[in-house]
Amino acid sequence: MKSIKILLNGIIHENPTFILLLGMCPTLGTTSSAINGMAMGLATTFVLICSNTTISSVKKMVPDQVRIPIYIVLTASFVSVIQMLMEAYFPALYSSLGLFIPLIVVNCIILGRAEAFASKNSVYHSFLDGVGNGLGFTLALTLLGLVRELLGTGKCFGFSFYPENYGSLLFVLAPGGFIVLGLLIAIINHIKEKKNV
Amino acid sequence: MDYLLIFIAAVFVNNIVLAQFLGICPFLGVSRKVETAVGMTAAVTFVMTVATIVTFLVQKYLLERLGVGFLQTISFILIIAALVQMVEIILKKVSPALYQALGVFLPLITTNCAVLGVALMVIAKDYDLLKSVVFAISSALGFGLALIVFSGIREQLELTHIPKSLQGTPIALITAGILAMAFMGFSGIV
Repeated sequence: MKSIKILLNGIIHENPTFILLLGMCPTLGTTSSAINGMAMGLATTFVLICSNTTISSVKKMVPDQVRIPIYIVLTASFVSVIQMLMEAYFPALYSSLGLFIPLIVVNCIILGRAEAFASKNSVYHSFLDGVGNGLGFTLALTLLGLVRELLGTGKCFGFSFYPENYGSLLFVLAPGGFIVLGLLIAIINHIKEKKNV
Repeated sequence: MDYLLIFIAAVFVNNIVLAQFLGICPFLGVSRKVETAVGMTAAVTFVMTVATIVTFLVQKYLLERLGVGFLQTISFILIIAALVQMVEIILKKVSPALYQALGVFLPLITTNCAVLGVALMVIAKDYDLLKSVVFAISSALGFGLALIVFSGIREQLELTHIPKSLQGTPIALITAGILAMAFMGFSGIV
């Protein structure tokens, strides 16, 4: 039972993007299309699962005073791994995500989960927490990318819904990212309020 | 002329926050008051410039010489973390007044992705050292410009009536979007 709760916690109740507002830079920077958002989400999920599992398994060996630098080094090595894997197998995605792949290191979700969850819980639970939060992040990014791509170009995941010239390019460009994310968070706040009343 | 172009491009056209989405966390986090925004800008300018110089030298004279380019991400983040720590210690000794003023912002800068972002960008753009420094300073100033303008708007927002579900982050994001639209007016200059 507890496992399912941990998993759902990351996806819904404490969704890193919509509820906790962590990792805003990749959230806005890579969601110009649904596929880019999903790729970024999955890359982050990979790093998050690896870092959570490793940090949880070495938590007894790590001295308390230097734990943050150690977590950062561990995360950075997994980021280098995914960076090289993507460069080798998905060069197109790698070049469109660009700078944001190495920047996974400074994504606050990863250090946040390491500090708040993996350093206190068992390896198995930390693994599940990594999966949950990673999926929550991926879902959020995909949703944001979907809305932006649909409003901007009339397409999503390559399917065309209406002619491209009816779309407003603004949503694919920087301002659209801010505005769509703001409105999505507002909608979620609204739903939460309705539920509480 | 080159340097002027880099400056204008980094401050206005490709503003690091509003066009490239780097450093959003401090942009949303410390923009409630103009005063704190100014403090954060000063700290970021300082760290970003020093970090870019050090990472540039490490990249050119260590990583490339030894053929270990794959260590870039790890070494850069460690350099930045160590640098922030060092700046904190030195400032505490040399200028306690400035240390007091910057206070909590210093440790926060380690996780500011704009610093790592700029360090990686100058390598990707293949700038020389002087160009890198100009780019770092102007990026930091661009960050400061966006942050200070935004905090001014947010101080005004406090006084207005906002629907409940839009309060806090949502309205801040939408405001940032409109600000980004204004900055889009600069595109095409350089």
